[in-house]
Amino acid sequence: MIQLIINGQLQHFDTTLSVAQLLESMALKNKRIAIERNGQIVPRSEFGEQTLTDGDQLEIVVAVGGG
Amino acid sequence: MDNLIIHDKAYSSRLLVGTGKYKDFAQTREAIDASSAQIITIAVRRTNIGQSTDEPNLLDLLPPTQFTLLPNTAGCFTADDAIRTLHLARELLDGHSLVKLEVLGDPNTLYPNIVETIKAAKVLVKNGFHIMVYTSDDPIVAKQLEDIGCVAIMPLASLIGSGMGILNPWNLQIIISNATVPVIVDAGVGTASDATIAMELGCDGVLMNTAIAASKNPILMASAMRKAVEAGRDAFLAGRMEKRTSYNADPSSPINNTIASSKNKVT
Repeated sequence: MIQLIINGQLQHFDTTLSVAQLLESMALKNKRIAIERNGQIVPRSEFGEQTLTDGDQLEIVVAVGGG
Repeated sequence: MDNLIIHDKAYSSRLLVGTGKYKDFAQTREAIDASSAQIITIAVRRTNIGQSTDEPNLLDLLPPTQFTLLPNTAGCFTADDAIRTLHLARELLDGHSLVKLEVLGDPNTLYPNIVETIKAAKVLVKNGFHIMVYTSDDPIVAKQLEDIGCVAIMPLASLIGSGMGILNPWNLQIIISNATVPVIVDAGVGTASDATIAMELGCDGVLMNTAIAASKNPILMASAMRKAVEAGRDAFLAGRMEKRTSYNADPSSPINNTIASSKNKVT
């Protein structure tokens, strides 16, 4: 089991998974989002190949209204 | 054409608008259309985990092919948070590098933290961003931000969301006369005349959100702001008449050959 901190919330997963698999599990696949992993941007082209490890801190963001 | 040029791109509209505080996306879009703005600010926020992901997305409402989207760092109080936010924004917008940097000093005034703003600007310029920077109306700071490489200087007219108009037109004038990049008043505009005054001072543009979104009729106000910015720009280009130094009149109509004068003298 691994623990990930996603947008400040602790989440548990049964197995290791890629960024793409995580997004699928969160119903965020193909959504207009951007991801930062431990302070580094994860380019969209690397969603499939980057495997998340225990303790990773992720930020998943979207565009919202603002001034 | 009298275009606003920001980082090599020409815009016919000198009104820049935000997308916050609207009732819904439909109203947002209608107001933007009424404003004729081409540069639109957006914010970047954490996605809500576990909530419906079928909600409409702002980027579908405002296609980046149709508008120049300007991601901001609103809500960031440190250089580091602002830098991270803009890297996320660049990824979100497929490499788009034009951004609005704002690093705030405290939650009550939302006054810019200049030390952190300068720190962030230096890093972001090195990282290839083109920065439109929110700042105070301090002319020395404005010049420093330009020297760092910011592509537009955006001093406040008054505090964000206050609607109090231009508190220090004299400082804005110094900033404008010193600058070689566009100066855009950002924050504090309350109504159409505020926008016109900013443009008459020689600002290259005006950025606003609350003045439109929090008015009683945002669509009508967006249209008013479009006209106000255009009117102010035209007045600036036309060059105003000299103000008389003492308070007396100067007639607009010829002073002789009135019928009264012809009655008095027969020749």
